[in-house]
Amino acid sequence: MSNKVEELDEVVIKFAGDSGDGMQLTGSQFSNTTAFIGNDLATFPDFPAEIRAPQGTVAGVSGFKIQFGNQQIFSPGDEADVLVAMNPAALKANLNWIKERGTIIIDSDSFKAKDFEKAQFESNPLEDGTLDGFNLIEAPITKLTKDSVADCDIENKFRSRSKNMFALGIVYWLFSRPLSITEDYLDTKFEKLPEIAKANKAALKAGYNYALTIELLPSSYTVKAAKLPKGKYRSITGNIATAWGLLAAGERAKLDLYLGTYPITPASDILHELSKYKNFNVVSLQAEDEIAGICSAIGASFAGSLAITSTSGPGLALKGEAIGLAMMTELPIVIIDVQRGGPSTGLPTKTEQSDLLQAVYGRNGESPVIVIAASTPSNCFDYAYMAAKLAIEHMTPVILLTDGFIANGAEPWKIKSVGEMANILPDFVSEGDSDWKAYNRNEEKLNRKWAIPGMKGFEHRIGGLEKQESTGNVSYEPDNHEAMVKIRAEKVARVANFIPEIEVDGHEIADLLVIGWGGTFGGLHTAVAEMQANGESVAHAHFNYINPLPKNAKAVFSKYKKIVVCELNNGQFVKLLRSELPEFNYLQYNKIQGLPFSKGELITEFKRLIEA
Amino acid sequence: MEHLVKEELTFRDFETDQDVRWCPGCGDYAILKAVQKTLPEIGKAKEDIVFISGIGCSSRFPYYVETYGFHTIHGRAPAVATGVKLANPKLSVWQVTGDGDALAIGGNHYIHALRRNIDINILLFNNEIYGLTKGQFSPTSATGIKTKSSPQGTVDRAFNPGKLALGAEANFFARAIDINPKKMIDIFVQAEKHKGTSLIEILQNCIIFNDKVFSDVTGKDVKLDRQLWLEHGKPMIFGADANKGIVLNGLKLEVVTIGENGISETDVLVHDAHEEDSTLHNLLINMSAPDFPVAFGVIRQVEINSFDENVWNQLEETRANAKFNSVDELMNSGVTWEID
Repeated sequence: MSNKVEELDEVVIKFAGDSGDGMQLTGSQFSNTTAFIGNDLATFPDFPAEIRAPQGTVAGVSGFKIQFGNQQIFSPGDEADVLVAMNPAALKANLNWIKERGTIIIDSDSFKAKDFEKAQFESNPLEDGTLDGFNLIEAPITKLTKDSVADCDIENKFRSRSKNMFALGIVYWLFSRPLSITEDYLDTKFEKLPEIAKANKAALKAGYNYALTIELLPSSYTVKAAKLPKGKYRSITGNIATAWGLLAAGERAKLDLYLGTYPITPASDILHELSKYKNFNVVSLQAEDEIAGICSAIGASFAGSLAITSTSGPGLALKGEAIGLAMMTELPIVIIDVQRGGPSTGLPTKTEQSDLLQAVYGRNGESPVIVIAASTPSNCFDYAYMAAKLAIEHMTPVILLTDGFIANGAEPWKIKSVGEMANILPDFVSEGDSDWKAYNRNEEKLNRKWAIPGMKGFEHRIGGLEKQESTGNVSYEPDNHEAMVKIRAEKVARVANFIPEIEVDGHEIADLLVIGWGGTFGGLHTAVAEMQANGESVAHAHFNYINPLPKNAKAVFSKYKKIVVCELNNGQFVKLLRSELPEFNYLQYNKIQGLPFSKGELITEFKRLIEA
Repeated sequence: MEHLVKEELTFRDFETDQDVRWCPGCGDYAILKAVQKTLPEIGKAKEDIVFISGIGCSSRFPYYVETYGFHTIHGRAPAVATGVKLANPKLSVWQVTGDGDALAIGGNHYIHALRRNIDINILLFNNEIYGLTKGQFSPTSATGIKTKSSPQGTVDRAFNPGKLALGAEANFFARAIDINPKKMIDIFVQAEKHKGTSLIEILQNCIIFNDKVFSDVTGKDVKLDRQLWLEHGKPMIFGADANKGIVLNGLKLEVVTIGENGISETDVLVHDAHEEDSTLHNLLINMSAPDFPVAFGVIRQVEINSFDENVWNQLEETRANAKFNSVDELMNSGVTWEID
């Protein structure tokens, strides 16, 4: 029996199996335990759009990647140190993404001839030299799982179900993690099915003991706790953080929360999460379609609620006309777009940043709205809160862009309190406003006041027709229309006075400025940080505010010889920058594969650009 | 925010300072006046009433009513009204729509509002034509009608708004007509009292693009024989001589004459608007000239909980059993750890 324990700084693990094998659960359990013992981490769940894609095929592989370490971690990493492959297809899908001399744990019970044929291996990869050079651990996981649950009172078809827990047990031993977090989770999840809980816990423990006992594993590893800022932490995904940011905003602004929405991947978890907390005065309507979702939210906004709608790209397209109505009537609403691969139905479960131009420009007429983007799973909390604050205080729609990568990804989050967030002050009419008119404006922000049904003396009519300045009466007068279009544009432009300036990570002056926006922060930061540590002259500016841009963007850009705009699309933010700040020469690095950037490809490209 | 009505309101209190811009002679004027006369009767303060509309001639309505109002986008008014009512169930919410707005572009929202039974009143102005876009056929236009977009006559089949509503589980359906304001007011008051979605189809004459479309029902010489005004608990009797009645013959309705063939008043059906089974309501909604009179009045009115009531009851329940009293408590729940 081996007792050797090696210490590592950072590790990447990939769990992969059939889409019905429970890999997402396995990965998130490993993440929670790893976060709990103090490592920093980033995760990347990656799964097919089908609920049960064809079994045993590469197309049906569901994966979960996690990078954790003893220092701050910003991305889920590139190649894996450890691959857990529950079947040949999972092995095939990940073969090019394992480090040299990396460890591969496979379920040898699932490597029969028909299994590797289904995965389109020409011969058995365990025997034909495919895996030479890797540290291969072949464990009969299916059989051992069945043995471990022998005394559980469960149906036969469930006996091999817990094999994901067996595999998790092996990995827990390998990285010296406790079982208790997962055991507690299983007890809670299967509170009403105690035998299922028992079977899963038995398999978990059996996997752990198996790894401890067999001599296949030369050593186990530890990764010490990361030096994170002092405080209380929890693990959080982007979608949950988004939902909580909105709850916090509702509580802080003392407004009821109204969510009108329609289920769509990968945004539905926001609906699920908010629907749980009706006690915080949350009304959630699962509407008949995307349009009804936002229109009901606009109604709720008119009636004085903090109104939200959540969607992904195709849904944002359907909501376009209604966003225009909210813009025209100057009602606050937060529209969350969890971007996914497009166009059309595209790649529903994959990540992309290709809704930016739709968010900024995708409506009829001159229709400016605020567009902001979260950049990590946990700061979805901050930007959802900020979206609500800007919408309410400036009386305008705000589109919050997140994406499938940060929405589903998890990381440790230093828990914030509602009280530490910037206050939100709705500009309601008050009884003293005797000469109030529906479209009188605040001089500084240009917002109109919020007068809601139930307020005596402020009865008024609004609508999508052009309105006369100040009174809000319908007006087709040519000069008035031009003036109103410009006022609405200026109102959004002035938001730049109320948002933070952009900060640069790295030298004030460098050979290359890397520009990103939204969910690519982790990947870009990791690549730039590594290059900086190696003495390269590179800096990183990451945008969370898209429309309007931070006021100092121009001043920042002017300090750098070369600027490269990196995006997971065919070049959208760069188009916006070329139009807003045309005096600079922008280089581009674009990836459109439904995948996040890898550190390796970024560093290669940045070096090339510096030398070019 | 519910306010006690201190001063007596009159219809003048519900007139706005805006010029009403419908065509001279449009049926909408009579409906507007009837609504303005209804509102003082419903016991609500002006600020607690909201009119929501979509797009079309009828949808200009909110600009002319001195309450809160919202002229939204084409077909979506039921969704906006749903949001207003869910956000503040104390409001009296009225949706004004037309046959194009409600049944073509807004068909989905129409059926789902009715299915959920949100407590709003929907005034559906049915003129069987598109007015604001200048004269194309609508989903309620009679087959064969020649319009700008159907120069050879339509081959489309028409919706019956009431049948569609009952198919969508509607619990309140009434039919009114623009030329009978007294009955309109009476129906509007009943609609406001009803808990749940109240749908009132108002036959409304478009003087420009579909004039006299209802003349086979409204003509002076025929109107008494072609209109059956239903009242709950009253026999279905009509006609110039008040001697015609409706009876059920097998699975079909039939018009009979009292005093002929041994028929007496007791043989005539008595209207039961509260019957849950909508079969007979459907038959009544479906009656058309010239073989039958057209049914008017409150045809169906069955009370169940409204959607907003159920939503808010659930909200109260959740609050009573809440695990977390603040968002901070929620965020600090579950697996957390300290870093020193």
